[in-house]
Amino acid sequence: MTHYSRHDGARIGLAQRMLQVNWTLVVLICLTASIGFIMLYSAAGGNFEPWATRQMVRFGIGILGMLFVAMIDIRIWMKLAYVAFGVSLVLLAAVEFAGTGAGGAQRWISLGLFNLQPSELVKIAMVLALARYFHGRSHEQIGNPLYLVVPLLIVFVPAALVMKQPDLGTAVLMVAVGGAIFFLAGVRIWKFILVVLGALAAIPIGWQYLHAYQRQRILTFLDPEQDPLGSGYHILQSQIALGSGGLFGKGYMQGTQANLNFLPEKQTDFIFTMLSEEFGFVGALTLIGLYLLLLIYGYAIALRSRSQYGRLVALGITSTFFLYIFINVAMVMGLIPVVGVPLPLVSYGGTALLALLFGFGLLLNVYVYRDIRLARTTED
Amino acid sequence: MAKKKKQKKVVDRAKLFNRRALLLGGTQLGLLSLLVGRLYYLQVVDSNKYVVLAEENRVNLRLLAPPRGRIYDRYGVEIASNRQNYRVILVVEQARDVRKLLKDLSGIIDISEKDHWRVLRDAARKRAFVPILVRENLSWKEVSRIEVNAPDLPGVTIEEGQRRFYPYSNSAGHILGYVAAVSEAEQTGDPLLQLPDFQIGKNGIERAHDNLFRGKAGASQIEVNAVGRVIRELKRDEGTPGYDIDLTLDMGLQQYTYYRLGDESAAAVVMDIHTGELLAMASSPSFDPNDFADGIDAKTWKGLLDNKKAPLTNKTIAGQYAPGSTFKMVVTLAGLESGIIKPSHAVTCYGSTSIGRAKFHCWKRGGHGTMNLHNGIKQSCDVFFYDVARKVGLDRIAEMANRLGIGVPLPLGLRGEKKGFMPTREWKQAQFGERWQHGETLVAGIGQGFILATPLQLAVMTARIVNGGKAVMPQLLRRQIGPDGSGAPIATDYPDIGISQASRDAAIRGMIGVVNEPRGTAGRSRITEEGMEMGGKTGTSQVRRISKAERATGVVKNKDKPWEERDHALFIGFAPIHDPRYACAVIVEHGGGGSRAAAPIAKDVLLETQRRDPSRTSPLSSLALAAPIGQDG
Repeated sequence: MTHYSRHDGARIGLAQRMLQVNWTLVVLICLTASIGFIMLYSAAGGNFEPWATRQMVRFGIGILGMLFVAMIDIRIWMKLAYVAFGVSLVLLAAVEFAGTGAGGAQRWISLGLFNLQPSELVKIAMVLALARYFHGRSHEQIGNPLYLVVPLLIVFVPAALVMKQPDLGTAVLMVAVGGAIFFLAGVRIWKFILVVLGALAAIPIGWQYLHAYQRQRILTFLDPEQDPLGSGYHILQSQIALGSGGLFGKGYMQGTQANLNFLPEKQTDFIFTMLSEEFGFVGALTLIGLYLLLLIYGYAIALRSRSQYGRLVALGITSTFFLYIFINVAMVMGLIPVVGVPLPLVSYGGTALLALLFGFGLLLNVYVYRDIRLARTTED
Repeated sequence: MAKKKKQKKVVDRAKLFNRRALLLGGTQLGLLSLLVGRLYYLQVVDSNKYVVLAEENRVNLRLLAPPRGRIYDRYGVEIASNRQNYRVILVVEQARDVRKLLKDLSGIIDISEKDHWRVLRDAARKRAFVPILVRENLSWKEVSRIEVNAPDLPGVTIEEGQRRFYPYSNSAGHILGYVAAVSEAEQTGDPLLQLPDFQIGKNGIERAHDNLFRGKAGASQIEVNAVGRVIRELKRDEGTPGYDIDLTLDMGLQQYTYYRLGDESAAAVVMDIHTGELLAMASSPSFDPNDFADGIDAKTWKGLLDNKKAPLTNKTIAGQYAPGSTFKMVVTLAGLESGIIKPSHAVTCYGSTSIGRAKFHCWKRGGHGTMNLHNGIKQSCDVFFYDVARKVGLDRIAEMANRLGIGVPLPLGLRGEKKGFMPTREWKQAQFGERWQHGETLVAGIGQGFILATPLQLAVMTARIVNGGKAVMPQLLRRQIGPDGSGAPIATDYPDIGISQASRDAAIRGMIGVVNEPRGTAGRSRITEEGMEMGGKTGTSQVRRISKAERATGVVKNKDKPWEERDHALFIGFAPIHDPRYACAVIVEHGGGGSRAAAPIAKDVLLETQRRDPSRTSPLSSLALAAPIGQDG
């Protein structure tokens, strides 16, 4: 059942696997995360506490975990895909009952030592589950709408739970990633068009189910000036911080908007603003450049993979990563409504970082096992 | 075969995937470019706009009120100053338990029930780092008690401000005016005026020169964070203090004069006849400008408003009175200058004179007998002046009155100045549509009827007669001060008003006789000190119009009238008689006769003026002021 040759699924020695790891990608991840440490140090007014040190420790653990994930045989990951999805779904549901709230939303489960945010895990698990599902289906099968019921559930059940927390940003992100995977798996394009039209038709109905503050956020986004001291305040202050950074920025730890607390949540959602204020357009471009390189590596790995599973996992993770970046940066620039999405690898936050590194671990895993052919079904 | 087909499908999937991955990658790259484009727009194209906004966010400008310019008298005595005003400030954030703190503080200084509740209310309402005023106007003792207990009073600080202070209280209230909080209507958009405890001049000199006193605001640039908490001071500009102003007053004489007026509703003006400098200008009763600066309470304010003696009116410039017999000096000069009468002009007084059916009485029922000009002035014979007035005519009298300063503005720049009134034929025609009557000329001849003059105008009239015929103007500032605060000495080369010396001498001799010769109406007020003798002219005016029109009553004439209806007493005087230097005008409202009520005041004031003359004695020894009130302690 299992074969151990280099090209037909032979077992690869640990040393061999270590050599196969895409170390450039690892270095890029570390570089990007370092920008985060530097900014967290600044956000605390030149202190390692309370954010920078903790973030560094988590990152250290996360990197080890990432390498560990990369080393495990890809077939095991594929086998675990549904289990992982099921577990994360149960955790997500548990938030409903045992979750702890912050800022009007229930998003965390307290695990004593740290708070777990299941929505972060479910995003990765969803990618695994979809990849496994589509891997096991032929092109003809995917053309049959009946076969889309299960993957649609894989996307919309967690998305609905996340929406209920309420966490609009993550829900949108999940649907978008799901859509990307559907698209890559070969679902007909006209079906997407149908869904989009349906979604547009559903907007008036969906509007009624939004919380008042969510509606307010969207309205505020459309016209931030209407409430400059209320909901529009964050957007305006963030734009002021960005714009006043100029070409080269105000200098490290010299950002007045950030230091004087005009920026809300500067260590998490608005950390890009802070970076742009202190290091200017040049600094912001540097980070975006790093992100771009990471994305290119993600695409390269996907295109190099010989298995549909590997390709779907690689681009699923990469697209998740991209959407994080896009939603966060577009949000702080005032291009889209304020939704609580962190800037990947840079924002302060435990689960998000660990989940993301777990995702990168899977990406590296795909690279390590890029030449392995996987059977259509594991039961074969 | 089946295996082959399967193989084909796998290849298909990979190709499809690659195509679609490229499409997806392209889309993501496009979206990323959009972000970079927007970033470029914000940070490079539009950056300047946001730099300004960020700076506005960060920097708060706090205005610093400059110290208000002070007011000095002619000898450098401070008559309006600034006193340190110590206030207790409480910062809730540092105090934590406000109730306990207030209790502790009450044991150290007095805190009224009202202040107590206000502080608790503010503490609940305001942000914890915003300072709350607990009490102001602390004495130095209270300040030191708080300082000593400071370790037990967390969050309590002493703040230092300034408060206008008038050490001489009431005596120059009308001239100085007062300062008080800025009203809504007075807001000019000058941010200085919007400072919560800023005060501006509301009356008198304080108001007239407010712009000079104000100075230029300083500013403190403070960095604040998003909730407005002060982080640090970036820059501080202390501003420019207001300009000081020296008045012509001799504060010692001013005080003397004010107290000499006593409880009467009265006014007195002392002027240097050559320079026009006002050495004293007192109006009684007065008010304490300190009450206003401290925020006057309703009871005191109502008391001032309701007082029949009008303490809020500066009677020296805003009180208009029929000049009575003091006006006979105008008639005298009009007659002599026109050549219509000579000093030897003689009229026999039988106690009254008639025109047609109208009879005009002399104040002396039995008559004065035959009077020449000198005796006419000395004994203030009405019949003599009826005759002169009739011969000279209203036009010449009016013209002479204006030349001497009656019915013309003599601006000091103070609020409420009146210019008196000298009627003319044209005026009466226009006002009443009636011809001027001969009888009215006679009435005008003794300073009654429509004629009105302020005490300041009477002093100026006297000065112009005795100073060699110069058109002296009254001066209250020692220097003429320009809008930038720079000062030039006041002009003293006044133009000649064109009255011959012979005429003036005759008038002056008459006025000397009034006081110093037997039968002079003011003989009892003679100054006996050698070289300080005064001359003058008494006046008694029937109450028709007084400073407040509603207080006017009928023309009934008797001694038992209620106070409001009694005649006003007037006196104009000058001294010394051999080489005049000072002119003086006194009015005592409802004081009865000028010789009885007004002349004695003028005598004392002129005597004191000359005693204090620095050219006579050493200026320092003349500065024996009464102790100013309210020196801290």
